Amino acid sequence: MKHTIAVLVENEFGVLSRVAGLFSGRGFNIDSLSVAPTNDETISRMTIVTRGDEQIMEQITKQLNKLIDVIKVIDFVEGSAIEREMALIKVTAEDESRAEVLRIVDIFRAKIIDVTPKSYTIEATGAPAKIDAILELLRPLGLKELVRTGSVAIGRGAKGWKG
Amino acid sequence: MKMNGAKILLECLKLEGVDTVFGYPGGTVINLYDELFSFKEIRHILPRHEQAGVHAADGYARATGKVGVAIATSGPGATNTITGIATAYMDSIPMVIITGQVPTALIGNDAFQEADIIGITRPCTKHNFLVKDVKDLALIVKKAFYIARTGRPGPVLIDLPKDVQIATAEFKYPDTVEIRGYKPTIEGHPKQVEKAMSLLLGAKRPVIYVGGGVILGNAAEELTALSKKLEVPVTTTLMGLGSFPEDDPLSLGLLGMHGTYYANMAVSNCDLLVAVGARFDDRVTGKIASFAPHAKIIHIDVDPTSIKKNVRVDLPIVGDVKDVLTKMLKVLEEQGDKLDDFKKSIVPWTEEIEGWKAKHPMSYKQTATVIKPQFVIQKLRELSDPDAIVATDVGQHQMWTAQFFKFNRPRTLLSSGGLGTMGYGLPAAMGAQAAFPDRQVIVICGDGGFQMNLQELATVVQNRLAVKICILNNNFLGMVRQWQELFFDKRYSQTCMELPIDFIKLAEAFGAKGFQATKPDEVEAVIKKGFATPGPVIMEFKVAREEKVLPMVPAGASLTEMVLAS
Repeated sequence: MKHTIAVLVENEFGVLSRVAGLFSGRGFNIDSLSVAPTNDETISRMTIVTRGDEQIMEQITKQLNKLIDVIKVIDFVEGSAIEREMALIKVTAEDESRAEVLRIVDIFRAKIIDVTPKSYTIEATGAPAKIDAILELLRPLGLKELVRTGSVAIGRGAKGWKG
Repeated sequence: MKMNGAKILLECLKLEGVDTVFGYPGGTVINLYDELFSFKEIRHILPRHEQAGVHAADGYARATGKVGVAIATSGPGATNTITGIATAYMDSIPMVIITGQVPTALIGNDAFQEADIIGITRPCTKHNFLVKDVKDLALIVKKAFYIARTGRPGPVLIDLPKDVQIATAEFKYPDTVEIRGYKPTIEGHPKQVEKAMSLLLGAKRPVIYVGGGVILGNAAEELTALSKKLEVPVTTTLMGLGSFPEDDPLSLGLLGMHGTYYANMAVSNCDLLVAVGARFDDRVTGKIASFAPHAKIIHIDVDPTSIKKNVRVDLPIVGDVKDVLTKMLKVLEEQGDKLDDFKKSIVPWTEEIEGWKAKHPMSYKQTATVIKPQFVIQKLRELSDPDAIVATDVGQHQMWTAQFFKFNRPRTLLSSGGLGTMGYGLPAAMGAQAAFPDRQVIVICGDGGFQMNLQELATVVQNRLAVKICILNNNFLGMVRQWQELFFDKRYSQTCMELPIDFIKLAEAFGAKGFQATKPDEVEAVIKKGFATPGPVIMEFKVAREEKVLPMVPAGASLTEMVLAS
């Protein structure tokens, strides 16, 4: 089962490698990982999308907590977090397909951020499923390049995790 | 007071109570060694290989319970420490390893004798630090010792660039240390403890399964008290040997792959298994699906990741084993008649276990002409001091030691359990002997493992470390040979150590003494002579070449599928 985990870590060199090494060393999967400093510059926040049964997820969160540089681990229960991802997509846009790309961009509330006579570059944000959906429609038109940030997630409701 | 990084490090070590370090000099630690030259409060022992230096610090830590300290230079010095560090990591041994590093300005430039030791040791240390600024050094050392010895202990590495050793800073050692991401749970939850005791007192066929955590947590006394008050039998892992006296009738000895018939039968038939400071290693459980199939499992461990990692657990208690066992004993005091009823109710179970003990006791066939390795182990126990420390290598001799030596006190067996490191025995014994110059320290090893670190004969002779080295020589890499005999149709691929080495002359070449026994009736005399001779001694026993370690549970089989000694 797919899980989204937020990990608050010390903002120090080598921490990413400790976390990534933990996943690879123990054979856990990483679907995506994104990391950046938080409001408190001594703390970085990672959002890791991973998968595993209950026992594996328990091990992942425990093993993450065991790392000295990990301050807090939040395993979001399904539906308890809002997830967003951004994608930059370069598509072929020539002749008849130019209008079709624009229509898709409009439907998905995405933006054109670069234009050439032969291509459009699109910025799309949304839940990962929305990004999957726009890609599915653009793919037949000719995907030249794709970059996705991976998910970031924040818990629903008034409660916030400092950092 | 202002001082350079090298001096700051030594002052920190002194304040941490370090009296002995094991280290090897080199270009990037030369400044540290220059300070050490006039620093009289710390004894430095020079091994002949960095790996042995780390094993010695490990042996020192296991025997004393203190944090072991090793030093190596950058590059090859640092990479030579890896096996030692990984050995300590797998067995949760508290250690601080200090490596030199090229000057900070050169890091990443593929400088001479540069290795990314922080990257290399990340998966085999509890934590590691690169010191970039001399101002951070004291706090990092404080953190390193704190992390190494608390919670589930483990090795911590400090990488110290040469320029940081030279740079100066005001020295003040912090009194306390606070790490926001590191807060080990020490106190066991009282509610969980109560639940555990009620499960225990309701059990009809209980067994206590003890691992190295009880020794690391200095809880042997509490564990023994609990078992004896309840009259519940105890089986231990290799790492747990010594936490419960094996002379006691409640002792079932070792369990698992080479465990006793009765320990494996007891675990396979119990209705409650109390795991204390143990981690359900594959060598213990055999086939997981059929491990303790009828039992509820209580698991007490300081490391939450150990719980439910390999087996289902019905009642977890996270906490320091000493704390949890003390709380369990307290609950027990309030039981009154209930305890007597419990003891009565488990009598049929303990009788059943006695039946298993009578049916298949630990045994081997003695002969008049060839020395059986098990016989040597038994004689060593008989003729050694009760508080003797035994260090082993890895393989058949290690299992025979675990089966036949009968350990009665904690911290008397030093053995690489998790990593299974050949060559560990002699250097580990060296560390223990440095800590306890007046105690008997015995190395039990095979001819294979001994040759992996035999250069340390020089260290023990030079430092007057009177270790007694017993080589069970079968001219084979015996354990692999045993597997080849049982599972590979006796195709002894590369396991025969054909060259007959003259171990007596080897001992003499290093300035030690050597004795040899080739027949069973010479064994006792050689051991007596070896123990009576001052200084380091090699005792070589020419043992039965194709003797097997039995019982044996084949890898992946369940514990009841034992190959027994005929």
